[in-house]
Amino acid sequence: MIVWLIDLLFLPLLSTVLRFKDEGPLVERLRRRDPDAMGELYDRYGKIAFSVIYRIVRNQSTTEDLLQETFLRVWNRVQAFDQEKGALGPWILTVARNRAIDYLRSLDGRMAKSSLDIERMESPRVFSDLESEIFNKDRIQNLRGAFDKLSPNQRMVIELAYFEGLSQTEMADRMKQPLGTVKTWVRSALKTLRDEIGAQEAVAS
Amino acid sequence: MTCDELSDLYELYALGAVEDDDRVELDAHMSRECPHCTAGVRKALALNAVMISLVPEMDPPKQLRERILASVGARKQSGFAWWPVWALASAGLLVATLTLSYREQGVIGQLAEARQVITRQSLDLEKSKQILSFLDQPETRQVGFDGKTTRPPRGNFFVNSKAGVLMIAQNLPKLERGRIYQMWVIPKGANPRPAGLFQADDAGNAVHLISGAVDLANMGAVAISVEPEAGSLQPTTTPIIVAPVTAGL
Repeated sequence: MIVWLIDLLFLPLLSTVLRFKDEGPLVERLRRRDPDAMGELYDRYGKIAFSVIYRIVRNQSTTEDLLQETFLRVWNRVQAFDQEKGALGPWILTVARNRAIDYLRSLDGRMAKSSLDIERMESPRVFSDLESEIFNKDRIQNLRGAFDKLSPNQRMVIELAYFEGLSQTEMADRMKQPLGTVKTWVRSALKTLRDEIGAQEAVAS
Repeated sequence: MTCDELSDLYELYALGAVEDDDRVELDAHMSRECPHCTAGVRKALALNAVMISLVPEMDPPKQLRERILASVGARKQSGFAWWPVWALASAGLLVATLTLSYREQGVIGQLAEARQVITRQSLDLEKSKQILSFLDQPETRQVGFDGKTTRPPRGNFFVNSKAGVLMIAQNLPKLERGRIYQMWVIPKGANPRPAGLFQADDAGNAVHLISGAVDLANMGAVAISVEPEAGSLQPTTTPIIVAPVTAGL
């Protein structure tokens, strides 16, 4: 049974995502291969990345392996990260989520949606110039209200996209619902979330 | 599709969960740096990061930190918090305790090392299984390549419409620090699509598998180029290997 986890929201974890604006010096040390910087990076993001991966794979040992893979990938690719404009937290969370989704897909044979699709959107370069306003704590807290507005079906499709990596066709198969209906749920749910966090207005501007 | 029509899909695209047809459309907009779609996808990345952070808090095991730092070559933590306590104990007890502790740390260290070896071997085994399974499928087709240098890269691509593309290569040149090999799938009459990053071993050998359905009918070539460590959205150097994929292979 799918349980929407917004009820278990933990703001301390969010605060780690919000801090990325001050991380230029840390990125610079990582790029210089300063070993202490890696420890600092782990202390800052290890817990939330672990939590994200565990939420997806539900297995302690696998989570540990995938967390190791996540930090290894970040360590190997940080040279291309934009020290001035890069958003470290969102990048690490995305890498962690993608490693877990890739693992899930390899388990259940969904190889058609593979690392080819996932890898393109975790390049460090694409995490430059993210709207810092989106990471405003008040706006994020407003998501709680936004989720309250979602119907159970809308919550389910969001859950399936974010934490299982399903496409809309795969969601329709899983939920045994017409594809058009699923697309409507996805579209309306995402619009609600965008509107709440202010992303839609920013895009329009 | 127009930018407005695609804007509903930005989050799914950033999650790698968009349908193939829509992905191709969005790839085209992103490749030509469409300002509307580029800005929209950046905001989707931010929204997605916030969304996936809304998970229950879990504590990783304490020893995981050291294991991860060791795996990237960062130095291990030193010193033990319980040392000062034991220093106050009697000399005999201290000696005994330190002896036992030393042994325990040795065992823990050996266990950590063994775990890393097992993890690596498990990953290698899983990769080997994937490669053998790929090669074993009757639909898999072979595409050879042979570079033009004095010690040319040699090997083969294996393509399978349902399973993806496998590359087995030898003699790949040693790369400078900060550089990496990137594979490209090049559709006929279209821009190359990234197909994963890989590194060669010291002898220049590499095996790279990118899993997923590929459109063999419209595939023009498979290529390898040398790119910055994080990879590129389009090749930034002349590919060192280009293997045309001809119809009827």
